[in-house]
Amino acid sequence: MEEIVEQKTRTSAELVAVVESLIFVADEPITIKLLGDVLDEDTEDVSSAVEELQREYEARESGLQIREIAGGWQIATRAEFHDEVRRFLKTRPSAKLSLASLETLAVIAYKQPVTVPEILEIRGVQSASAIKTLLEKRLIVTKGHKETVGRPMQYGTSKDFLIQFGLIDLSELPSIEDFEEFAGTAFEQ
Amino acid sequence: MEQQQPEQFTFDFQTEHAQIVPGPADEIKLKLGEFAGPLDLLLFLIKQEQANIFDIPIARITDEYLRYIRLMKGLDIALAADFVVMTATLIEIKSKMLLPRDPAEAEGEEIDDPRKELVDRLLEYEKFKAASQMLYERATVEQAIFSRGRIESDENNAEINASVFDILTVFQKIVARRKDEIKMEIHREEVSLAEMIRNLKKRIVESAEVSLNLFFEEMQTRRELVTAFVAVLEIVRTESVRLIQKVTFGDIILRKV
Repeated sequence: MEEIVEQKTRTSAELVAVVESLIFVADEPITIKLLGDVLDEDTEDVSSAVEELQREYEARESGLQIREIAGGWQIATRAEFHDEVRRFLKTRPSAKLSLASLETLAVIAYKQPVTVPEILEIRGVQSASAIKTLLEKRLIVTKGHKETVGRPMQYGTSKDFLIQFGLIDLSELPSIEDFEEFAGTAFEQ
Repeated sequence: MEQQQPEQFTFDFQTEHAQIVPGPADEIKLKLGEFAGPLDLLLFLIKQEQANIFDIPIARITDEYLRYIRLMKGLDIALAADFVVMTATLIEIKSKMLLPRDPAEAEGEEIDDPRKELVDRLLEYEKFKAASQMLYERATVEQAIFSRGRIESDENNAEINASVFDILTVFQKIVARRKDEIKMEIHREEVSLAEMIRNLKKRIVESAEVSLNLFFEEMQTRRELVTAFVAVLEIVRTESVRLIQKVTFGDIILRKV
């Protein structure tokens, strides 16, 4: 950012307001760092401004919310109004992923970076078309070749994955071992 | 669903046909398409039989599994090779369990259960199946939340990002036009690719935008033209340069990012 930025003369209320503007115009979740760079403010100040903004929206029970997602901040509608929003947009919940694609995605999310043979090992079934679908939907990305025989391509989840599944980052996923209990008990009658 | 039929080991995919038993078969038919793979089908069968996964009644489950495979076959559902591989695995385990223990092996020594590997795989798979259910639920919740639509900016404005095919079209047009003009090449002053790249880079730096049409027009010979084309591809690949085409089939502009 080479532009001449005005001297820091913002009051904290002004900072909250300008942060709101930027979160509104950003196409993707905007990071605290980027907000700080653009506004020439300390990330700490920006961070508390974002949190203040979030509280304001909550306090007045707004139809919008300021939420943390995929490592950044986003302005979005509140879930409870989805019926009305859909009626206006004339949309339906978009086509869900097939069972095979979801499973493949789960394996990739937890095992990344992971290769096709490794996915086959877990799922017991070829996943080529599921991987193609996931790549097309930009939920996964290639993560380079694995330095092993045949140098197979490795896959991992994308930023779009975090966005579409409402995650701040991958650590927000429950541990795969948490599902073990579920898996074991399902059979104990 | 107790099956008292004699056990059958042979299985010919070419001749076997589905036997659609009245009653529960309709239910089966509905469920057939839903299995994500052989492990999924096995888990379903084990649950249906209310069997303990750590002590799978392998003969009964194998029979049930084969019955499903035949059904799929009969209903013309494309049978993934992986389902067939599992059939082989099941039959192998089943036969291993029927074989008497090798008397040469030390008595009392713990012998690996032939089912162990399969059970481990099933348990591992089951975890990911549960995880995919969790992802499904997350996505459903997330779909109830809407963020703002796109606003026009430099990144996504009406200028179309040109593809390799667009460059090729421009290139071909010029080659075609040149074909008639160039009668003979008297002397061959070869411009190397490296030189061409250097020249083009310099021009992009100097004028920020370079029209591909004009750049190609400057080339004197076919050889130069080809070198120029390769130089463009190389520069787009390696440098922070964008190809921009404002109108479909229009001129393409090289722009520094």
